[in-house]
Amino acid sequence: MDVRDRIRSYIGANVTQILDDDDDIFELGLVDSLFGLQLVSFVEQEFRVEVDGDDLDIDNFCSIAAIDRFIIGKMGAGSAP
Amino acid sequence: MIDEAVSESSTAADRARRFVGEMVEPLAEKIDREQHFSGQLVGALGEQGWLGAALPAQWGGGGLDPVDYGPVLEEFGWGCASARTLLTVHNMAAQAVLRYGNEEQKQLYMPGLASGRSIIAFALTEPDAGSDANAIGMSAVEDAGGYILSGEKIWCSFGCIADLFLVFASCNGKPLALIVERDSPGLEIERMTDAFGTRGSELARLRLDGVRVSAANRIGAANAGIRFVANTALDHGRFSVACGTVGIIRACLDTCTVYAARRQQGGAPISQHQLVRRTLTDGLVAYTTARALCERAARLRAAGDPRAAAETALAKYHSAEAAIRVANDAVALLGANGCSPEFPVSRYLRDATVSGIIEGTREIHQISLASYALQRPWTDA
Repeated sequence: MDVRDRIRSYIGANVTQILDDDDDIFELGLVDSLFGLQLVSFVEQEFRVEVDGDDLDIDNFCSIAAIDRFIIGKMGAGSAP
Repeated sequence: MIDEAVSESSTAADRARRFVGEMVEPLAEKIDREQHFSGQLVGALGEQGWLGAALPAQWGGGGLDPVDYGPVLEEFGWGCASARTLLTVHNMAAQAVLRYGNEEQKQLYMPGLASGRSIIAFALTEPDAGSDANAIGMSAVEDAGGYILSGEKIWCSFGCIADLFLVFASCNGKPLALIVERDSPGLEIERMTDAFGTRGSELARLRLDGVRVSAANRIGAANAGIRFVANTALDHGRFSVACGTVGIIRACLDTCTVYAARRQQGGAPISQHQLVRRTLTDGLVAYTTARALCERAARLRAAGDPRAAAETALAKYHSAEAAIRVANDAVALLGANGCSPEFPVSRYLRDATVSGIIEGTREIHQISLASYALQRPWTDA
């Protein structure tokens, strides 16, 4: 699976409705406060990227597509193995 | 192997047990009665490394990981819930600064926070914003390289003595987090008294009237104040409350087992009475299960596991509910003595009740943990 598929699979397993890649999971109220933290840990563990304070912007985590862009950017920046 | 592991991981807990037994627990009743936490004890907590115990050694902290820190919190919870509250609020706000602060902010704040020379309080709750943190009314207006803050915060634990406040405000509808210094012009701090429990928590009401804060004091992104900064702090707070509440259960058991063995009724110690024995058994089960959940949460936290936040919430919910039940049973087991200030169990009940409310109420946990249940976490346990 590519990066987006893995993100889609993880979020899909944790929300109860079908999502488009650009759906804002926070705006739609699909996830609670615990899942926000869970999502950050998932990104760090699954993709071996370091999420620092500046990265923790809602815009980087609000949708499947946003997370995909964020991870690809981090990998491109050389923070992933 | 198990004994070795326990021995290694209990080093910090052993030190905490000695410190709490000698320096904290003997003051707990006085702290509760006088609703005041001694400045001398705050100093000792800093000097002995307890305020920065879970902060990185890089900044002068103790560097304890959650597996080692949890039992330390249990000891403080056993001895004095107000002391545990100080560790909770200071550490949770400091952890947020550590996670979201930039290098300059860490250089500025972390040495003081890790050493305990500087105390930081967490200022989120408002008169009209509790469980719904997104409803905060504290306004932040951008102005000349900073923000002007106006509004009110309540139930700010250790706000009466804090040097710094992690304050959450809304700027153009976006929630942000800012560090506000105690001597900021326009900040008024008023003591809140006669709370039901953790009465030595130096509770404060903060009134901010045009308090100017530099943009350099903003922690995290301009839209991440609640979703990430506050929730990260609250996650650390829940772990602390969960472990501390295990200590309350143990304290109840300490009192109840001694009392039941000594108290004679009907020609025998009440420990031989069947319903008293049931109370002791229920208490033991509560302690064992709550501690096991805290240990599980600690291991997941140490591993950076995505389930850690939810498992921490699970531990906090269970521990607090169990502590309320056990403390209530303890008061009943002691009969009229349970209602007397001569015994600590009524304080334990009041403190346990507060644990069930702070860092997420019982009802909020019931809602959010149902979402976790729908993830079927047991399938990859």
